[in-house]
Amino acid sequence: MLLKVIKKCDANESQVTDEALYIDRRKFIRDSASLTAVLMIPALSLYQTSEAAKLNFKNIGKHKFSTDEELTSLDDITRYNNFYELGLRKGDPKRNAHHLKVTPWNVKVDGECEKPGEYGLEEFISPARLEERIYRLRCVEAWSMVIPWVGVELGTILRRFQPTSKAKFVQFFTLYDPQNLPGQRRPVLDWPYREGLRIDEAMHPLSILAVGLYGKELPNQNGAPLRLVVPWKYGFKSIKSIVSIRFTEQQPATSWNLVGPREYGFYSNVNPSVDHPRWSQKKERRIGEISKRKTLLFNGYTEEVAGLYAGMDLKEHY
Amino acid sequence: MSDLAIVRFVKPALFSVCLLPVTCYTFWFFTDSLGANPIEAVTRRTGDWALRILLITLAISPFRRLTGWNRLAQYRRMLGLFAFFYGCVHLSLYIVLDKFFDFREILDDVIKRPFITAGFTSFILLLPLVITSTHKMIEILQHRWIQLHRLVYLIAMLAVLHFWWMVKIDTREPAIYAIILAALLGFRLVFYLQRKMLKTS
Repeated sequence: MLLKVIKKCDANESQVTDEALYIDRRKFIRDSASLTAVLMIPALSLYQTSEAAKLNFKNIGKHKFSTDEELTSLDDITRYNNFYELGLRKGDPKRNAHHLKVTPWNVKVDGECEKPGEYGLEEFISPARLEERIYRLRCVEAWSMVIPWVGVELGTILRRFQPTSKAKFVQFFTLYDPQNLPGQRRPVLDWPYREGLRIDEAMHPLSILAVGLYGKELPNQNGAPLRLVVPWKYGFKSIKSIVSIRFTEQQPATSWNLVGPREYGFYSNVNPSVDHPRWSQKKERRIGEISKRKTLLFNGYTEEVAGLYAGMDLKEHY
Repeated sequence: MSDLAIVRFVKPALFSVCLLPVTCYTFWFFTDSLGANPIEAVTRRTGDWALRILLITLAISPFRRLTGWNRLAQYRRMLGLFAFFYGCVHLSLYIVLDKFFDFREILDDVIKRPFITAGFTSFILLLPLVITSTHKMIEILQHRWIQLHRLVYLIAMLAVLHFWWMVKIDTREPAIYAIILAALLGFRLVFYLQRKMLKTS
């Protein structure tokens, strides 16, 4: 009787190279080599460009406006996003993040100002110092986070362009790149995304342009490389991936207001006593928590910003 | 297939399949696999399944007529009750984990927000159908049972509206359900008209 003793070094059936592949082995090697080369090209270019736009995140001081509430985890901040340019579901922006090309990045400033101009990202933010600002973020959808942003004061940046007395408002635009950004190929919103602030809101020391979070550059899904953060307003006011800023005399059009003027006002200050027509704004769920907490007027920044709206009916100007 | 095989095998199998979504979501909920906002995720997904199973229930009659596969009717009640089951879980999650038993807030929602009005009405209208789903009730009510259970068409329409009015901007998904429902109701209308014409001719 013939017994086959299986030794450790014997190849089993699944390890045997497929015959067709064996016969074609030279072509296989050639193909895989050229494929590797092709795959390397974008990797190389990515390496070079990201080197060029490096910001210095060392020795960043924590700003006095920072809250000492418990931070939302980096994981949650970067996997639960509303960034329709990268998809409509909360998890889409993270999955599609690579479609956003952030280098090189220029920001153009024009409109009612003495010194309009266009700068590369680093140059653009250079007049101001990077600071860490730990802010609450309240989404209009009744959830909230606490995010350690790294950014610069918006007012400091805007003053460099010397807005004139006609500059009553500031308008912001997100990158328009339908070839790369999958969400912009469908007319969900009137692209590009745009937002606006009154000039005194923009100049308020709480308003920042963020370039990072958790001490590192912004992940693409959070609005890299440059986004607005206005912590006393609903999250959608804090426009992502800004390429252009314009000083205007008239109140500018804003994206969500164009879609649903009854649901999303120009001001969109966080206000528990003005409900969204389809849900209550009285409470919010802090991401990572089970129970809900009460929503605070101006997202808890009343002391700092209430003066901006003195005499205004917040129910009318929602 | 024999009746015995159906009792022994098909029904329990279908029962288990219907329990799959709730089993999966419970598992994912406790293993932190539902993203950053798991409560929102389970609330939405149980609503999805309530609507899906309701539409499957409504698909049985047309499918039976098209294929002549009359055995299908035996699963209709179970499916309908599962739609109700997912509706219950969906509503409970809203009451417990979204509103924390704040009934004033809930009443406010039901009155002021059309999408919640639609969803809530849809659920309430399901109750008489659930109560009258036993053999005994069918015997007692007879032809009125059929009339009563036509409420399911209104319930399904309200459920689709509930979803449609809830979404912020992207109506593709509720539109798919609306199209399926329209097809299922359209089939019934065609069948009804055909029968009527046969009678008159």
